[in-house]
Amino acid sequence: MKAKWMIGTVLIASLAGFSAQAAESKLDAKTAEIVKRDFQDRGIARADRVVQDELQALCSKYHDKLPAKLKSKMEGEQAEAIKLPADDKYMGDWKAGEKLAQSGRGMTWSDKAEDPAGGNCYNCHQLSAKEIAFGTIGPSLLHYGKIRGNSLEVQRHTYGHIYNAKAFQACANMPRFGHKAILSEAQIKDLVALLLDPESPVNK
Amino acid sequence: MGNPMKIRAAVKDGVTEVKILMQHEMETGLRKDADGTLVPAWFITEVKAQYQGRSVMEAQFGQSVSKNPYLLFRFKGGAAGEKINVSWMDNKGDKRSDEAAITAA
Amino acid sequence: MNIKSILLLALVANGAAYAAEAEVSDSDRIAQYREMISDGNPADFDEMRGESLWKAVAGPKQATLEQCDLGKGAGVVKGAYAELPRFFKDTGRVQDLESRLLSCMSTLQGLNADEIAAKPFATEKKPSDISSLATYVVGQSKGIKMAVSVKHPKEKEAYEIGKRIFSYRAGPYDFACSTCHATSNVRIRMQDLPNLNVKKDAQAAYTTWPAYRVSQGLTRSFQWRLNDCFRQQRFPEPKFASEATVDLTMYLAVSANGAAFAGPGLKR
Repeated sequence: MKAKWMIGTVLIASLAGFSAQAAESKLDAKTAEIVKRDFQDRGIARADRVVQDELQALCSKYHDKLPAKLKSKMEGEQAEAIKLPADDKYMGDWKAGEKLAQSGRGMTWSDKAEDPAGGNCYNCHQLSAKEIAFGTIGPSLLHYGKIRGNSLEVQRHTYGHIYNAKAFQACANMPRFGHKAILSEAQIKDLVALLLDPESPVNK
Repeated sequence: MGNPMKIRAAVKDGVTEVKILMQHEMETGLRKDADGTLVPAWFITEVKAQYQGRSVMEAQFGQSVSKNPYLLFRFKGGAAGEKINVSWMDNKGDKRSDEAAITAA
Repeated sequence: MNIKSILLLALVANGAAYAAEAEVSDSDRIAQYREMISDGNPADFDEMRGESLWKAVAGPKQATLEQCDLGKGAGVVKGAYAELPRFFKDTGRVQDLESRLLSCMSTLQGLNADEIAAKPFATEKKPSDISSLATYVVGQSKGIKMAVSVKHPKEKEAYEIGKRIFSYRAGPYDFACSTCHATSNVRIRMQDLPNLNVKKDAQAAYTTWPAYRVSQGLTRSFQWRLNDCFRQQRFPEPKFASEATVDLTMYLAVSANGAAFAGPGLKR
């Protein structure tokens, strides 16, 4: 008798759990529907930008905290998609890199398609010691090269990180500058130089 | 006639503090608008405050004063209930005059 | 005193000294500056403009907005903003202030809501009537505690969807509202960012919009604030006063419940 009662309770509990989950997915689906309907083209920002890729949808669903297995899987997939430069050279011009890091332009509906995007770097990071107007959303990059040296391995790693930060941290806040074609190969090389060149103000 | 000002005046221990918020574009004449055309200079050139017929503050504004200027000054004297009058003139000859009653702080 | 507690004391003393040195940070100085200029808010002028628009005859129906029901009864403006967004029986949906103003402007005055929604924000050359009306209405809730309800099932749903939109990562930069607004004590460049998932921050942020934006010389509404956030998130444009924007506003407004509304505010 007691066993039947217990089974009944467990059944009801799991059904309740199941229907709570169903309600959650229903709301998730409705959200996606509403977002799709209520955003419109403007300038270069086309309405289809609200269609999420698999990674974006997962990070949204899990509030950026993916379960361990899923996290590794997604990071692996992102890492595989990294395209390193064909010439295996990574150090561009740090002076151009600093200009790029200072620029917050690009890809908004108030930007023009033909204008190159900026790196947005100072919005989130400290870089050069001389620049006091830096954000703290991301870690400080002051002395980035000084600390790590600038071996080919470090250059490749740095390039890869700017190209696709999600390969290292699945739901990182940092945009995927190479993967999403925000910055060109040459631009990313300039940023690598900004971070690793011993002459760069980042390493002074 | 220019846009209305907001004036607040309060007297405490024989000193009246006057706060004025003026509504004016204060164009320097050096700015270009979104189309790239130069916006003509248009700014307040002088501000005067009067109390019981006597001048308690005179200011000469120029291009360096920003849009919707805020001005705070104090003068010795003033009584609650009495009126303070503030007026301004701009480089186009437009004028504005407003008054407010002094309150007890 | 043993060696362990001596070392601990030294560490604490060191930390305290460092903290004292770093006391007046750049953020603090900016906050001081803001306090100084907060007296004398040009948003007051937009409020005055909005009030005269509320009482002015307009549109094909040649009517004022004085019969507009913002949720507390026809014509009741005082305290209305502190309870928005809310469900409205006559439209059968949850509406925020600007959505409701659109309803009243079209129903009472016969104005074209689509036309207004197409160009809803002020420019340096042309003010926006719906924006000034919003400034007026919010000013009438100054000092009143935020009390947004989620009792009605549609209000509850709006809250849940708004919460999801807040974390909705999309676009070329993978940004969501949460990218900037779900971490405490961070800033973008020199602009401190409120963590909108933390009550204290959410209250401070939500109760100070609409606001006069000094850098633009214009008073900006809450729909404008959302619009400009989405622009910088590299999203496409949210439709003015759409369900998505109302739901997101619902989520943020409820987070501010309990705090006295302080707007219209003054921002950089």
